[in-house]
Amino acid sequence: MTLADLDRGQQGIVEALAAEGVLRQRLLDLGLVPGTCVQVQFVGAGGRLAAYRVRGSVFALRRAAAAQILIRAEEEYR
Amino acid sequence: MKTGPLVALAGNPNTGKSTVFNALTGLKQHTGNWAGKTVELKKGYFHHGGFSVEVVDLPGTYSLTPCSPEEEAARAFLASGVADAVVIVADATCLERSLHLALQVLELTPRAVLCLNLMDEARRRNLRLDTQRLQEELGIPVVPTAAARGEGLEALKEAVIGLIQGQPQAFPRPLPADPDQPAASRYRRAEEIASKVIADAPRGRPGFTGRLDELILSPAGGIPIMLALLAGALWITIAGAGYPSRLLAAVLFRGEEYLSQLLNWLGFPPWLHDPLVLGMYRGLAWVVSVMLPPMAIFFPLFTLLEDFGLLPRLAFNLDRFFERAGAHGKQALTMAMGFGCNAAGVTAARIIDSPRERLVAILTNNLVPCNGRFPVLIVMGAAAASWAAPDLSGGLASSLVVLSAITISVLATLLVSRLLTATVLRGEPSFFILELPPYRLPRAGAVLMRSFLDRTLRVLSRAVVVAAPCGLITWLLANISLGDSSLLVRMAGWLDPLGRAVGLDGMILLAFVLGLPANETVLPILLMGYLGAGSMLQVDNLASLQAILAANGWTWLTALNFMVFAVFHWPCATTLLTINKETGSAKWTLLAAVLPTALGLTCCLCLATAARLLGR
Repeated sequence: MTLADLDRGQQGIVEALAAEGVLRQRLLDLGLVPGTCVQVQFVGAGGRLAAYRVRGSVFALRRAAAAQILIRAEEEYR
Repeated sequence: MKTGPLVALAGNPNTGKSTVFNALTGLKQHTGNWAGKTVELKKGYFHHGGFSVEVVDLPGTYSLTPCSPEEEAARAFLASGVADAVVIVADATCLERSLHLALQVLELTPRAVLCLNLMDEARRRNLRLDTQRLQEELGIPVVPTAAARGEGLEALKEAVIGLIQGQPQAFPRPLPADPDQPAASRYRRAEEIASKVIADAPRGRPGFTGRLDELILSPAGGIPIMLALLAGALWITIAGAGYPSRLLAAVLFRGEEYLSQLLNWLGFPPWLHDPLVLGMYRGLAWVVSVMLPPMAIFFPLFTLLEDFGLLPRLAFNLDRFFERAGAHGKQALTMAMGFGCNAAGVTAARIIDSPRERLVAILTNNLVPCNGRFPVLIVMGAAAASWAAPDLSGGLASSLVVLSAITISVLATLLVSRLLTATVLRGEPSFFILELPPYRLPRAGAVLMRSFLDRTLRVLSRAVVVAAPCGLITWLLANISLGDSSLLVRMAGWLDPLGRAVGLDGMILLAFVLGLPANETVLPILLMGYLGAGSMLQVDNLASLQAILAANGWTWLTALNFMVFAVFHWPCATTLLTINKETGSAKWTLLAAVLPTALGLTCCLCLATAARLLGR
């Protein structure tokens, strides 16, 4: 599954990046390396854009970019 | 040629790097609370312990992998070895990501000091950090700071001087990253260090930002809240600008009498006295008294909202529309800058990496009204509103008119972007990553000072530099006769057929043409033309504005079309020059002028035709 499959409040662990080139590099720079926990913080109207929490900061990605981040879902705990 | 010691500032966006730079150098420079604002190298100096140190503010980047011009610039600067020391500005509340960049810097140079900034935010969130341990792990000096409050800056200067004087490095350099997976290995190292340094980390997002985002980023609430904030800012501006405007006008026109007396006493002949006093001085007084009060109110309000961190949220809420228009998500940010000044908005488009989507942002920026056009909209909005609905109170009515103008201009931006991305600028959408930094309560005093100095005075001085010669030229045109009428009236006559066809008139079009150097001068030029008095109207006669317009055949339709054309016409000269500089192409600059003009003329034509068909 990918990051785009998660609903608000759910979280997952990054397994791999399907993205290539600059997008791949950018995502890595933000710390989305394998093993990193990502949580869906907010979903924009229409579900085309969502804000993700990664290593203490929050980033918004469009659906197309989020779908290139392969994850495994994790139990919710808060 | 190198003179004194040189220090570079490196760091992620939103770590307060610009604030550290300002605090070190005392240089007044704008800092915005959004990613990637600093795109040029800024320089300044500080003096400490007998040293005069030059400071270079590198662009804020997430890494030094050369993927963008900013990273390229930062990397090249650090690799060149020009800097005697590097200050790595780190976010204490976001340590792992800051360390990722710090480790990359340390791979290039060991002569670095880590400035652990935003310690005040960390304290507020009960985040405790062991700076001594961090120093041991990294092998470089670590100085905790809260630059916005001025904390830790002396220690930082001390540490920088220490590095420059070549104090021996007591600790080994960190190992270079695994060449196959550099990012992953650096982040592993960063996690390892962070786990040793962070004593107590509360989970979850800071309460305030989380709760507010819950509201502002919600699908239903986001856009209405943003509109309400904008309406509030406009209302405060319009309601608050009236009195100081009248006061300034009174003072400046008293000044005109004194200036006139002085020139007469000096023996200036009328042919020199009149253009100077009635042309230049009066044009200037007009612009200053009409422009300064709304700018002095609106700019600080806008800066407060911006520094609070609202712009990335605006981009978040508007993105679905920009995505549908085939535009880049950050175009919402450059558009927002355009409301302040279109030339600034065009320059801000550098934050968009893809050249195609950057062009879309540049070409559409002028579709939103800048601060130079707000006063025109406000004055005319009040006039139009009282035509249409005489019962509405002036301040409220013109706020509503300006708010609708803004909404329409945003819709036009989306439409024209769609048009461009479907035709001349077709292509694959590039990705974008939008950081949503925590809200930061701006320090009102600093904001007021900075926005006044940076924005108000800059825009005003530009307007003044332009308004004076503009007033002179208009005065000359109005006073040089060709046959039985002045040049101004003649030129308006040439444009009249076109003007009438689209529900305007020749004088209106001429005022926009002559107002090319600055939109602020359109209204005074227009009134001067109508009055045929050979000089601009005194501002305190503004009450009679509506009567003058009506006497020249204006109806509510003329007022409406005037506002439409004020929003949609060619960019001012400064913006055109900026577009030419940014695109490096006369072709795109021409398109940037033709597009909004065609849109404005078409809209006016449609409105005029509709009104004729309806028999109004």
